[in-house]
Amino acid sequence: METRATRIGLATWSVLVILFLWIPLVIIAIYAFNSSNVQSWPIPGWTFHWFRVAWHNDDARNSLLLSVKVGAATTGIAIVLGTMAATAIARFNFFGRESVSFLLVLPIALPGIITGMALNSFYVFAGLGFSMWTIVIGHATFCVVIVYNNVLARLRRSSTSLLEASSDLGADGWQTFWFVVWPVLSVALVAGGLLAFALSFDEVVVTTFTAGAQQTLPIFILDNLRQGQQLPIINVVAFVVIVLTVFPVALAQRLTQDTGVIRRGGTAAVVAKEA
Amino acid sequence: MIRIKRAHVLAAVVAAALCVPAAGIGAGHGVPTKVGKGEGALNVIEWAAYTDPSFAKAFQKQTGCVIHRKDAGSSNEMVALMRSGGGGGGGQYDLVSASGDASLRLIYGGDVQPVNVNLIPSWKQFLPIFKSPAHNTVGGVHYGVSVQWGPNTLIYNTKSVKPAPTTWGAIYSSKYKGKITVPNNPIQIADAALYLMKTQPKLGIKDPYELTKSQLDSATSLLKKQKPLLKRYWNSATDEISDFKNGDVLIGAGWPYQTLQLKAAKAPVAETIPREGATGWADTWMLAKRAPHPNCAYKWMAYVTQPQIEAKQALVFGETPVNPKACPYMNKLQKGSCAAYHLNQPLSYYSTIHFWKTPVAKCGWQKSDSCMDYNAWQQAWTQVTG
Amino acid sequence: MLWRRPWLKALGLLTPPMAAFLLVYVGALVVLFVSSFWTVDSFTGKVIHHWGLSNYRQIFDTSQPYLRIAGRTIGIAAAVTVTDAVLAFPLGYFMARLAKPRMRALLFVMVLLPLWSSYLVRIYAWRTILSHDGAINWALNGIGLPDQNIAYTNWAMWIVFSYVWLPFMVVPVYAALERIPNSYLEASADMGARGSRTLRSIIVPLALPGIVAGSIFTFSLTLGDFITPLLVGGPSSSFIGNVVYDFIGINANIPFAAAFAVVPVLVMGIYLTIARRLGAFEAF
Repeated sequence: METRATRIGLATWSVLVILFLWIPLVIIAIYAFNSSNVQSWPIPGWTFHWFRVAWHNDDARNSLLLSVKVGAATTGIAIVLGTMAATAIARFNFFGRESVSFLLVLPIALPGIITGMALNSFYVFAGLGFSMWTIVIGHATFCVVIVYNNVLARLRRSSTSLLEASSDLGADGWQTFWFVVWPVLSVALVAGGLLAFALSFDEVVVTTFTAGAQQTLPIFILDNLRQGQQLPIINVVAFVVIVLTVFPVALAQRLTQDTGVIRRGGTAAVVAKEA
Repeated sequence: MIRIKRAHVLAAVVAAALCVPAAGIGAGHGVPTKVGKGEGALNVIEWAAYTDPSFAKAFQKQTGCVIHRKDAGSSNEMVALMRSGGGGGGGQYDLVSASGDASLRLIYGGDVQPVNVNLIPSWKQFLPIFKSPAHNTVGGVHYGVSVQWGPNTLIYNTKSVKPAPTTWGAIYSSKYKGKITVPNNPIQIADAALYLMKTQPKLGIKDPYELTKSQLDSATSLLKKQKPLLKRYWNSATDEISDFKNGDVLIGAGWPYQTLQLKAAKAPVAETIPREGATGWADTWMLAKRAPHPNCAYKWMAYVTQPQIEAKQALVFGETPVNPKACPYMNKLQKGSCAAYHLNQPLSYYSTIHFWKTPVAKCGWQKSDSCMDYNAWQQAWTQVTG
Repeated sequence: MLWRRPWLKALGLLTPPMAAFLLVYVGALVVLFVSSFWTVDSFTGKVIHHWGLSNYRQIFDTSQPYLRIAGRTIGIAAAVTVTDAVLAFPLGYFMARLAKPRMRALLFVMVLLPLWSSYLVRIYAWRTILSHDGAINWALNGIGLPDQNIAYTNWAMWIVFSYVWLPFMVVPVYAALERIPNSYLEASADMGARGSRTLRSIIVPLALPGIVAGSIFTFSLTLGDFITPLLVGGPSSSFIGNVVYDFIGINANIPFAAAFAVVPVLVMGIYLTIARRLGAFEAF
């Protein structure tokens, strides 16, 4: 359908954008091997020293672990609540529908410091001690909207007739979910979940006000950025995290591999596939 | 935040049903007369490296008080953290290493409690100026114990800034336009006021922290004139270090910490205290009003003010001890450091340094209440930087 | 089983998220908003429960910098959104419709991985890239061009914001474009439409929900940010968030900070209303 010129143009553009995204990451990787602890360019020398220091740094390991735990919990909550809210908005018309979108967007739109102070005062008010769960609640408030938006955009483009057709053909709830709903929603859920995890993994402002003595990875990074004497450690940590997350992200992509079927053949193909 | 909530009747009813930690619990009724057994933990809000493991590990072993640290990047952040969770440290934090621009805010805000300096043996050894300074002692009551200090110096690139500057006017003139940096902190107004104090005596400024409205306006307009000359306002020490190293900035206001880091990285910089004098910061370990581990807190204050520990901290961070007995220890760790950090100076040296203190409405020098308080300074600073 | 009493189902779906939300977040926000009508005693720092509009009057006073700061925040947020939409759309189209499955998988991973490298570290990397001795000048000098001076300006902030939020725009655009059936495009071609007409009349409208979803992220994340201005901004780069951050520290002037924080809330309200008017939330 697209002309050859268009295709080449799009491919070139894509390459340029990917380069734009990745060149700074390559630079971070280079700095992980920087022999000086002041970030200048080009780097004066190469060393593995900071890798050793980071490995032996308890704070680095503990904060990484805590961030992973918080991210996982937050993503779980965000997926459940976000999907429920998006389904309700997409499928039903009721009074106050738009205000739901508005309310959900608030935690992201407001400066993190406001969300942080608001949650902080709520926790004190409710007598909740600060713990990993106060951080998770804080993160969930702004991660729900990410899943919600992605799922909503996807639902807007799909039609309820698929669900009706599925029931008409005798599929029960679970079959309908697995063969009809999941393929439609999976890209949005996985993408939304990944984005939500990334946002939670990276959040520093709200976390400062909702964490007690807990140190998540971004807080650890911020501390080291300010102190400066062990600055390259954070480059090492960032580099290692990128390398490690190739696997879960690639896996997540594979899970949503097959959903092109609906696009390629039209709605009839859905039924044919499951026959 | 509990101050706001009490106005809501409905909220108060709910609060009664839930368990709310009552405000004001803690060693708030008079100062203790002896230090009890350690509670096993110590939560601090600090400038990064103020509880560095290189000297804190031994403390943890000795006392069993395990340190949990929250590093703050600015005085505003320290104050905000102390005020969160209902104030007084929120029942979470024990100690805060507040600088002079934050300490009075904490005292007047009721977030810190008086400290019995007799329980800190090294206190007697302090330089007199740091025993009961105006920024942590109010009405004869000590609200903390001084720990270290440093001057705000003029840092410059020795290759590009010739001749070596001798006046603060260098950062207000267009000679190095676009290559100047100053801290992003309302207390920087005092630096402008200090400059005006010496160069425009007609304005009648007697104390750079006690300014009338017209004096504050003069300082603000000087800073507004400076703004187009700046490369940026620096927010953390590492900002300034990388700016000097990269050549983005040639001259600016900073701390000895930056100069020492830059020199270690072989950057061509030097620092000086110009002829108008300088402002300085002095840090105090303050005890939170609702500190959950007051005994560990007292143990730490006593530990870190000892001469040998002061010396270690000074060299780790890049600052000067308040305990002159640290001098020989500093020289043992790093030859010549005692002099490099000005610890061996006579007392007259300190009169050239105007230490940070939070501006309040009460004017010491003119016996009135018409000076501009920190609120006004913050507004003025936002006018300049906004 | 899914179709009886639809309004009950809506209620069932909505209750847990909204209840959690209202209880925790909105409640605390309401208290903050109410406090924006109060003031602070500058000596003791205690909040005076004296109702008035003094905070708002100060914000809308044109001799004060607050409106200028708000304008700058909104302007840059809009610029970043447009930039990211322009960058993301062709990439999303290529990924969704032209790339072979393996290439699509690779691109998907390459778009998402930067999000895990820590926002702070990426911004620091940009600082070094843009600085006087950084990679850009090094490259420019290498081919004989003079130094650039973008570091610590609003241009630098625009570049850095566009960079960090780009994946948030690519993913929903990709998801929306992936959903467009081939049959629509074939039909359009059959009816004689050329590429650009198909793009304008079929593809963009169908992809609009995705673009809007992405734009909500890029716009709101920029609107509420204050760390990037601190790290990459210059002398005149304060955002709404910076002012709020500063004022929370002094004398707990939370009333003023809360009043100023009302501005992004209003802006997002208007933004969402416009998005709805554009038909982005209607199912076709």
